[in-house]
Amino acid sequence: MQVQTHVDIHSEWGIVAARQAGRKLAREIGFGSVDQARVTTAISELARNIYLYANKGQIHIEEATSSGKRGIKIIATDEGPGIKDVRRVMEDGYTTSGGLGAGLPGVKRLMDEFKIDSEPDEGTTITTVKWLR
Amino acid sequence: MEKTKLSMYQLYKDMLDNYLQSKSEHALYAAQQFSKEMMEKDMSPEEMVSLHMSVFQEMVPDLPEEVVDSFDLLLEVMIGYGLAYREHQSLRDRQQQLESELNVAAEMQQTLLPDEHIDAKGIDFGVISVPAGKMSGDYYHYIQDEHGCIGVAVADVIGKGVPAAMCMSMIKYAMESIPEQRLQPAALLESLNRVVERNIDSNMFITMVYGSYDPRDHRFYYAGAGHEPGFYYSASKDTFEELTTKGLVLGLSQKVTYEEYVKDVQPGDFFVLLSDGVTECRTEEDFIEREQITEMIRKYQHLPAQDIVNRVYRELEKMQDFQLRDDFTLLILKRDV
Ligand SMILES: Nc1ncnc2c1ncn2[C@@H]1O[C@H](COP(=O)(O)OP(=O)(O)OP(=O)(O)O)[C@@H](O)[C@H]1O
Ligand SMILES: [Mg+2]
Repeated sequence: MQVQTHVDIHSEWGIVAARQAGRKLAREIGFGSVDQARVTTAISELARNIYLYANKGQIHIEEATSSGKRGIKIIATDEGPGIKDVRRVMEDGYTTSGGLGAGLPGVKRLMDEFKIDSEPDEGTTITTVKWLR
Repeated sequence: MEKTKLSMYQLYKDMLDNYLQSKSEHALYAAQQFSKEMMEKDMSPEEMVSLHMSVFQEMVPDLPEEVVDSFDLLLEVMIGYGLAYREHQSLRDRQQQLESELNVAAEMQQTLLPDEHIDAKGIDFGVISVPAGKMSGDYYHYIQDEHGCIGVAVADVIGKGVPAAMCMSMIKYAMESIPEQRLQPAALLESLNRVVERNIDSNMFITMVYGSYDPRDHRFYYAGAGHEPGFYYSASKDTFEELTTKGLVLGLSQKVTYEEYVKDVQPGDFFVLLSDGVTECRTEEDFIEREQITEMIRKYQHLPAQDIVNRVYRELEKMQDFQLRDDFTLLILKRDV
C-alpha cells in the first residue's frame, strides 16, 4: 500500500502542515535525520513559492518506488501565473533572497530528481523525488 | 562512500575523545585539518552536525533529552548553510569555466595582432600592448609594403572588457577589407569610419590614429579619429611635440572627412602613438601628466624602441601599484641616425 498525503496551501499554516506531513513520511520510509531535514526544507521552499506567487495550490506527498528503490515523491501544483523563464529561475543566484542557495535550485540540490512544468497563466507543477540510499 | 563514512565516524570519534580528555590545542588543530578533509570529500555542514551528534551520543549514551533535541534545530538551520555551501561550489565551478573560456578568447585575440617583425633598414620599431583585464579594447597594427613603407596604427574602443574586445576584433577585419588605402591615413580612416558606422553597435565608439612612413622621402603622414594625441620627437631640436589631429571618432556618422598631416623626418626623430590607458594612468594622488610620459621616454631614449616602450610600461605599472585601470598601448617608430 502506498501512502499519500495532500496538503492545501493557502496560508503559512499550510506550509507548516506540508512540512510536518513530509517529515513524517520521510521518517516512516526510513530516511535519516539529515535527509528528513532536507526533504522538509524542499517541501518548505515549494510550498512557500505556491503561497507567495500563486496564492494557493497543493502539495502531494507520496512514497515512490522504482526498480527496488524506495523514496519520497513530492508534487507541488498550482494554477497561478506560471514561471515565464524557467531557465533563468533555475540559475544559481537568481532568487529574490539574493542567492544564498535557497529557492528552486536549492530544492533541486536537496532532492535526487526534479522536474518542472510551467505554463504562463496556467500554473506550475514541480515534481521531485528523493531516493533512499 | 559507506566506507569513508565509517572511517570518518571513527576518526571524528577519536578526535572528540582526545579533545574531551586533553582539552588540548593539539586536538583542536587536528579538528581544523579534519575540516579541510571533510570539505574535500564534499561533506556538507548538516552532515557534519549529524556526525557530531551521533558520535557524541555514542560516547555519552544518557544525554539529557533537551541536548539531543536541540540538535534537531541546529540541523534544520544547517540545511540552509549547506545549500549556500553547495551553491558556492557550483558558482565556483562556473567561474572557473568562464575564466578558461575567457583565456581562450584572450589567446584568440592575441592572434589578431600582427606578429611579424619590422626590419627595415634605418627604422626602429617597438610596441607594447597590455590589457587591463583578460581581454583588450585596444588594437594596434603595423604593416610594411613592398616599397618599404610602413603603416602604424593604434585604436582604442571606448569601453572595456569583453564587449570592447569583441569590437576590437572587428577593426582588424575592417582594416583588411580596405588594404589599398593602407598608406593614406586620411583616406583609410574615412573608409574605416564607413565600415564601423555600418557594422558596429551605435553606442560603441572607436578612436584611432594612423600614420605611415615613407623611407624614400623620409616623410611621415598621419591622421586621427578622436584619438589621444601622440608625440613627435625632433632630434635636432631635442623637443617633444604633440601630434594633435582633428577628426571625429569612428562610427559616429556616415560621412566624415579626416585631415591628413605630414612631417619631414630627420635622423633620430621618432613618433609615439599611444592609447588613453597610458595617459590615464594614475597614481595614488593624481593622473600622470603627459609631460611625465615624455620625460620617461627621454630617459630611455638611447635604447632601442622596443626597450623604450617596455621600460616606460614597467615604470608606469609600478607607479600605480601594478594595477592597470585601462588597456595600455604604446608604440614607437623611429628613424635611425
Ligand atoms: N509556483 C510558482 N508560480 C509562479 N512563479 C513562481 C513559482 N515558484 C517560483 N516562481 C518564480 O520563480 C522565482 C524564483 O523562485 P525561487 O523559489 O527560486 O526564488 P525566490 O522565491 O525568488 O526566493 P527564495 O530564495 O526566497 O525562495 C520567483 O521569484 C517567482 O518569480
Ligand atoms: Mg522561493
